[in-house]
Amino acid sequence: MAAGVATWLPFARAAAVGWLPLAKKTMPKPPIDKKNRNDEILFVNVSGLRFQTWKNTLDRYPDTLLGSSEKEFFYNEDTQEYFFDRDPEMFRHILNFYRTGRLHYPRQECIQAFDEELAFFGIVPDIIGDCCMEEYRDRKKENQERLAVDTEAEMATDTPLPPHSTHRERLWRAFENPHTSTMALVFYYVTGFFIAVSVIANVVETVPCRPLKGSKKDLPCGEKYSLAFFCMDTACVLIFTFEYLMRLFAAPSRCKFMRSVMSVIDVVAIMPYYIGLVMPENEDVSGAFVTLRVFRVFRIFKFSRHSQGLRILGYTLKSCASELGFLLFSLTMAIIIFATVMFYAEKGTKGTNFTSIPASFWYTIVTMTTLGYGDMVPNTIAGKIFGSICSLSGVLVIALPVPVIVSNFSRIYHQNQRADKMRAQQKVRLARIRLAKKGTTNAFLQYKEDGGFHDRDHDGALCLKNRSSFEHQHHHLLHCLEKTTNHEFTDELTFSEMCMTESVGYRTSRSTSISSQQGVSTSCCPRRAKRRAIRLANSTVSVSRGSVQELDTLHVHKTTIRPQSRSSLNARTEDLKLNCDDRDFTAAIISIPTPPANTPDESLPPSPAIPGILRNSRSSSFTHETVKISSL
Amino acid sequence: MGAVVGTLTMQTRQRQPSRDKIDDELEMTMVCHRPEGLEQLEAQTNFSKQELQVLYRGFKNECPSGVVNEETFKHIYAQFFPHGDASTYAHYLFNAFDTRNNGSIKFEDFVMGLSTLLRGTVRDKLEWTFHLYDINKDGFINKEEMTEIVRAIYDMMGKYTYPALKGDVPKAHVDAFFEKMDKNKDGVVTLEEFVLACQEDENMMRSMQLFENVM
Repeated sequence: MAAGVATWLPFARAAAVGWLPLAKKTMPKPPIDKKNRNDEILFVNVSGLRFQTWKNTLDRYPDTLLGSSEKEFFYNEDTQEYFFDRDPEMFRHILNFYRTGRLHYPRQECIQAFDEELAFFGIVPDIIGDCCMEEYRDRKKENQERLAVDTEAEMATDTPLPPHSTHRERLWRAFENPHTSTMALVFYYVTGFFIAVSVIANVVETVPCRPLKGSKKDLPCGEKYSLAFFCMDTACVLIFTFEYLMRLFAAPSRCKFMRSVMSVIDVVAIMPYYIGLVMPENEDVSGAFVTLRVFRVFRIFKFSRHSQGLRILGYTLKSCASELGFLLFSLTMAIIIFATVMFYAEKGTKGTNFTSIPASFWYTIVTMTTLGYGDMVPNTIAGKIFGSICSLSGVLVIALPVPVIVSNFSRIYHQNQRADKMRAQQKVRLARIRLAKKGTTNAFLQYKEDGGFHDRDHDGALCLKNRSSFEHQHHHLLHCLEKTTNHEFTDELTFSEMCMTESVGYRTSRSTSISSQQGVSTSCCPRRAKRRAIRLANSTVSVSRGSVQELDTLHVHKTTIRPQSRSSLNARTEDLKLNCDDRDFTAAIISIPTPPANTPDESLPPSPAIPGILRNSRSSSFTHETVKISSL
Repeated sequence: MGAVVGTLTMQTRQRQPSRDKIDDELEMTMVCHRPEGLEQLEAQTNFSKQELQVLYRGFKNECPSGVVNEETFKHIYAQFFPHGDASTYAHYLFNAFDTRNNGSIKFEDFVMGLSTLLRGTVRDKLEWTFHLYDINKDGFINKEEMTEIVRAIYDMMGKYTYPALKGDVPKAHVDAFFEKMDKNKDGVVTLEEFVLACQEDENMMRSMQLFENVM
């Protein structure tokens, strides 16, 4: 119920007295209002800014936070006020809503911040007053569009394929986004080239070439070198047909694909050739066949797959359909009117060009668009007067919808540019965010490896970094979870390695493991497996510092030296034997990538990638752990 | 060109009525009524100062101009009884509150009416109800007036009731009412008949007491 209806409650109850004489039964007892009926002033403290209001004001909307008993959760006994740790500027608007019954949207605030405040205080945005509703809706839509672009970009193209994708899915991905693999890129450029060749051939074959010997007439090149052009055309059509069939095969939804605009263009581009093949060499029919060849020019639209600007243009035209329609409609009206007028004005003139109203259409169009070919001109004075009015009004009618279309185009174009820019920045941003996130999970793994589970108060203090009490609690919780499920936390890489090692049955000697791992290449991490194999191949007892490198994946390396620590090597993660007596110390090096590098240097130290185990090395070696994070 | 001229003229034609409407609205908001002092109202009604304050604050918030017109009344009642059509009953109520018959209710009228209904004596309440039923204010309730009122009340129930409204239920209700109220069977009910009959009705007296002191 709306705001002040609660104010009128006493009146409504009083009016019920009017029903009493008519009632056949006794009335039910009214609810007893135990609360103090006297109105009181409430204090609401929002981040230091104190607001005061009548209790009744807040009670007007009982289904919001402030109007219901939910606000009691925020009551501070000591200061006798309700304290909210929110934005005081926004709260002003929210409180005004209670006071006036109308919610206004402050134009200078961020739309998301405003939405969040509304959600917190339990107010539905639909009740924004009419004065501000339009602005609110526009900005919300704009914001959503922007966000949709972000998530779309994130999800669509550059994410790596799921590990078990079929050939079909990979093919489709290659078609949709040629940058994913070199083959796709090559194919992309090849088709682009052939489209260009085909279009140029279409154009060139109509150019007049030098005539054959013994003939005077200029021949179009198409007829002179008809065989060459035919071969070129055949090649192009073959490529296009092949591409179309491949796309059809790879498309996840074939019906939808066949109905899409691009595939229709593809079909239209190649159909004339096939129809020409099957058509007989009949004189009458070849006339129609020539018409069909016009459709070959549609091949130029295939470029829109290659050019984003073309797509934007097409999208703009689609979204301006109503303005274009209006333009067309008004032009048609004006043309008919003026053509009629001109025809009747010029009817008397001898030998006039204005032979009929449809004939006058041409004059009207040429005049209204200010072309003025001059092939049809009025002779009478009346005709000239109306002709000038026609040309003046033509300027107006055409000038009206054009700014709308232009602004639409500009909006869409800027949106696209913004989307591209954001996509580019997104990678770096996401990488940094992921780094921060990984920091916390790594902290826990780190904590485990540092032997944080055992008490120590000796030199092993080096192992432990300073942790806040919150981190202590957090890690304790994670540890409890591990104990509960009897599983442990690891990171992504070690998990994938585990699936590799499990598949190989890696348990025995190092040499055999190395050799067997060399041959291993599972589908879950093909590239990493290869690298690992290469690394293992160089395995010698070596200690190296390991330069900080940039790789594509997150690695957790551990080098171990002594074979006698084999037992711990083979130990599964459950048997962590952590002992900080020895001089192991870990050096964690985290590198933030600047340029993404796809090819790492293979001078990394060797390591049998055992998942998440801390060594127990008693020698003068040191475990060394590098955590490398790359741009993802 | 015709299109251009046409649209231009359409624009100008639309602008004019709205200008008039804005002028009207300005006029209305200029009319602002202020009630007499708080002490006077306290003396005239059975409400305490705080109660009057609360009532006035709510009233002023809803109607900053200080008066309630019939449209607002109907709107308010429609919000309390959304199931059916409360406008007819609201119309009769408005007339009952509008003692001066000038088409608007000021705060004093409002508070006086409430005071009678909520804090008045039984006799006062019954008198008020009689005046509510007596649509043409001639001092008698006849069957037509009663039927109107009862129909208005049943309209508030709406279409979906249990048990469903079948037949002419209001008419039957009115007949039963007249059976009870019209002592001398002359087809009209006077104030005295009404008061007497109501005081004899145990149920009604009990209900009246329930409505006492509710705010």
